[in-house]
Amino acid sequence: MINTAVSIKNVKKTYGEVEALHNINVDVSEGELFGFIGPDGAGKTSLFRILVTLLLPTEGAASIFDMDVVKDFKKLRRILGYMPGRFSLYQDLTVEENLNFFATTFGTTIKENYYLIESIYKQIEPFKKRRAGALSGGMKQKLALSCALIHKPRLLVLDEPTTGVDAVSRSEFWDMLGNLKKMGITVVVSTPYMDEAGLCDRVALIQKGRLLSVDTPQNIMNGYDEDLWAVRSKNIYKLIEDLRQLEEVSSAFPFGEYVHVSTPPDRINQKMIENLLEKKGHDTVEVKKIGATIEDCFMKLMKN
Amino acid sequence: MRTIGFILQKEFIQIFRNKTMLPIIFIVPVVQLLILVHAATFDMKHIDMYVVDKDLSSASRQLVSKFEGSPFFFVNQQSFSVENGEDHLITNEADVVLHIHEGFEKDLMVQPGTKSQAKMQLLINAVNGTKAGLINAYSTNVIADFRKEIIKSENLIAKGEIPSAINVNFSHWYNPELNYKIFMLPGILVILITIIGMFLSALNLVREKEMGTSEQINVTPIRKYQFIIGKLLPFWIIALFELAIGLVIGYFAFSVPILGNISTLVLFAAIYLFAVLGIGLFISTVSSTQQQVMFVSFFFMLTFILMSGIFTPVESMPGWAQNLNIINPFAYFIRVIRMILLKGSDMIDISREIVSMSLYALISLSFAVWRYRKVA
Repeated sequence: MINTAVSIKNVKKTYGEVEALHNINVDVSEGELFGFIGPDGAGKTSLFRILVTLLLPTEGAASIFDMDVVKDFKKLRRILGYMPGRFSLYQDLTVEENLNFFATTFGTTIKENYYLIESIYKQIEPFKKRRAGALSGGMKQKLALSCALIHKPRLLVLDEPTTGVDAVSRSEFWDMLGNLKKMGITVVVSTPYMDEAGLCDRVALIQKGRLLSVDTPQNIMNGYDEDLWAVRSKNIYKLIEDLRQLEEVSSAFPFGEYVHVSTPPDRINQKMIENLLEKKGHDTVEVKKIGATIEDCFMKLMKN
Repeated sequence: MRTIGFILQKEFIQIFRNKTMLPIIFIVPVVQLLILVHAATFDMKHIDMYVVDKDLSSASRQLVSKFEGSPFFFVNQQSFSVENGEDHLITNEADVVLHIHEGFEKDLMVQPGTKSQAKMQLLINAVNGTKAGLINAYSTNVIADFRKEIIKSENLIAKGEIPSAINVNFSHWYNPELNYKIFMLPGILVILITIIGMFLSALNLVREKEMGTSEQINVTPIRKYQFIIGKLLPFWIIALFELAIGLVIGYFAFSVPILGNISTLVLFAAIYLFAVLGIGLFISTVSSTQQQVMFVSFFFMLTFILMSGIFTPVESMPGWAQNLNIINPFAYFIRVIRMILLKGSDMIDISREIVSMSLYALISLSFAVWRYRKVA
């Protein structure tokens, strides 16, 4: 039987008039790598702060391993690892001093849990006498993760760990999260990058404080119930305008160098789109049928 | 307990690694004590005097030379025009104009029975009221001296013309030479250690908020009291260390007497520091940036300093202002440090202050701890 690691029930958070979180309900199983995917300002950070006992929910309740985040915060702080979105270690302490300090505050030592952080920490160990403030973005990230892990938490909460990190470091970082999952640590992570959703076991799409969908990335993508086309021509701007005017088209969004066009199932085929566009004066039109990505699903869910 | 040790270790590493912190702790106090004590002195050492002697008699010359002979007065210029003297006052070339009227000697040496007075006038630049008061007092002294000599030399007393005046003799207790430096040094020392205690600790704590490090530290199992003790103790130690430096400087550079027991002073300073650290901590819990802390602490510091009686006697303030000093930790410490150093007061003499200060420390610290939140 799989235990529930995180249980969020009807959580609401308001800041004065502003409603940051609106009735959030979600469960995360033990051992899962769970992602909250959403744009800036969706409420991810507020939700995470509630989970790590830094913020009180206005309404509703959340528990982690059956411990309430409000009542049992003292017990929870021992088993939580939290990496805030903003680099929050001491910039004037060295790499080693930071790690050592956070180990001691949890009553443990670097040596005791070294195996947990070894693969990550090894990469920054050559710089252990360097001050944290002088590290590069990717190295800061690794140090922050090491510090969040040093007390062997049961749940690791990472708030946008890959924001502002280069593509190589990002994929490295996700590899590390995969390894932690293998060690049995439940990981809850948030990201504004839709392409990272596929790396999670399950994701929750979140927008303006509401959950749009909670499922495995594959199920979410499979659940896309329309036909999707990638269309390209010389004049992208005009292409979008023209596509949106077609009655068969339910939505058209720029997506890299293509425009993703969504149409009701079996309503139209490749040839017909090409003809329609050529009639509007587009030449070198390229149309191909594609499967939906998480971003397409997100766009569609957002519209509804 | 071990956790507190680790926090202290971390704090000291950070303090000593901070490039501006070390000079603030070690150099600033030394420089300030050596400079400020001289600057804050109320002794008048140099009074520029402009003389308008319209009499030019032996008596008037005697009076002028009496002024010249005093270590305070410097007779710079003379003329026969009061207007010229006033000009000098305006241009700040003179602090005081001595105007001796015509017939000064004649009136002074007048035969018994006639009612005439020797006339002279002092015009004092009173932009700085304290200075003007001192010039007035010094001048009056010189003139009184002069009068005594005249009476003696002319043997007026023998003629029974002048009633013998009451002769007042002064003996200045606790500071026999009226040395302002040994009065000011303890006060400035109090300012210094308060800055260290209140400013630095408050800035340090709010820095964690500003840098975002509090977010990480808040999710650790560190208890509130452990964190606060870890934040307060370093500055408490540094401030006491500062007190020691200051006393050494005072003793060797300014010969400040240390009549009372040093341990009594340290005990009071220790309690006092808890109180101001509590205030600093409270300020930092209600602020979110170092800038806010600076402004709020500055406001409190300035108010405390000016109300405390460091420059002016508390007794000359209006009653309500004197009452306000009940909540001014500065006033307590200034009083106590002067009592112990200059008067040799012991524990029993300051017991009231110790009790008040302990109460103060307890209240300000509990307020700070209560207000401090380990949340975002």
